[in-house]
Amino acid sequence: MLRDALLVCGKDLRIELRSKIGINQVAPFAAAVLLLFGLALGPSRPALQAAAAGLFWVAVLLSVVLAVQRSFAVESADAARDGLRLSGLDPAGIFLGKGAAIVVQLLVLEALLTAGVALLFGARLSGGLVLFAACVSASIGLAAVGVLYGVLSSGARVKETLLPLLLLPVAAPVLLGATKAWDDALAGDPTHAGVWLSLLAVFAVLYVAVGTVAFGPLLEDA
Amino acid sequence: MRTDRALRALGVAALAGMVATVWLGLFVTPNAVGFADGTVRLLYIHPPLAWVMFIAYGMATLSSLLYLWPRTRHRRFDRLAGASAEVGVIFTGLTLVTGSIWGRTTWGVWWAWDPLLTTTALLFVLYLGYLAIRNVPGDPETVARRSAIAGLVAFLDVPIVFFAVSWWRSLHQGPTIDLATRHSYVHGSMAWTLLLGFVSFTLTYVWLMAHRYRLAALKDLEDDQGLETALAERWAEAVR
Repeated sequence: MLRDALLVCGKDLRIELRSKIGINQVAPFAAAVLLLFGLALGPSRPALQAAAAGLFWVAVLLSVVLAVQRSFAVESADAARDGLRLSGLDPAGIFLGKGAAIVVQLLVLEALLTAGVALLFGARLSGGLVLFAACVSASIGLAAVGVLYGVLSSGARVKETLLPLLLLPVAAPVLLGATKAWDDALAGDPTHAGVWLSLLAVFAVLYVAVGTVAFGPLLEDA
Repeated sequence: MRTDRALRALGVAALAGMVATVWLGLFVTPNAVGFADGTVRLLYIHPPLAWVMFIAYGMATLSSLLYLWPRTRHRRFDRLAGASAEVGVIFTGLTLVTGSIWGRTTWGVWWAWDPLLTTTALLFVLYLGYLAIRNVPGDPETVARRSAIAGLVAFLDVPIVFFAVSWWRSLHQGPTIDLATRHSYVHGSMAWTLLLGFVSFTLTYVWLMAHRYRLAALKDLEDDQGLETALAERWAEAVR
């Protein structure tokens, strides 16, 4: 299963590296979202600093939708999904592999966005460990639920509108937990961050487990 | 047939319960001290609406589980899940509206970021998504399995959302207005009216869901056996 996961993850990441859609479209999209937040909130530095964590995670959440859509657009072109089904790879491995590829992409994106909030909003990056732990656990949770809903909606003709409707409300606790962990870390007082990190971890573990079990039947149906 | 008669009796009972609740709630029970003029009367509909919302989603989740369990896999559980979730979404909407009106008159705001309110609002959106995925066309078995998994994924999120929002409020803003304590001052005719409200709203839920279920069953029949059979059934019903 893990070997299959590595294969699928490697395949997805190679496609992303070669097509450069992530670098050319998703990252600029996230940067544009940050700029627009700045315009919406005005140039007041204290207001931007206070909102930096929330804006960062909203930008990440919007980018997750794009990354998941991209991950399944790759499969629907040239009947690749049938190939994937015929390949005899463990469905749980495919789920974990696709999820891992999205996690890697999200972590790269989050690194870029971190630089963005530091530059544009003047956020002081303290509590680096908490920031990083929140990024990792939130990305795993988002990728797991994203891949799950991605395969659920991938067969539908209305997938472009269906996926955000399904994904964004479910991701609400991740947005809340990650934002609060970041808020505490950026404010230099990470005493409560543990609660939020454990919330993110519970979310990630739960949806990785559900996805590992449910992905197989859903892939058959898609 | 017998089920038809039972359904009709249920509908009449639900309607009678509603009328009695409205009459008791608006004209018989006293106005409570500490509430803006008459707003306490929302007590007889708001908690029952929320209660129905919980049993509707509980029923939808249970049916989804029963559908996914290989031994109990039957299309009727898929229909039941869909019917119950649909009624649940309506009652969630009504819970939010009545809660908002109550909030405006009691707290002076239409919306407060209270854990219960926020969770309910997210629940509303979550299950709208569930209904959207139910409507995605496909082979009936595929749609049923997809919907059952989507229903479970949505339901699993509810406790996480609730805890997250509760911590969010308690850690950063101090205790919020506790919606629960207010209800403990209910007594006498108010308690009876509230109880009647719970019963009649539950009956209404069962009645609505049963009709929605029957409609779904007819729809499946139409898909399976063609329009002719379904039309004949419908005509037979009208003649009786």
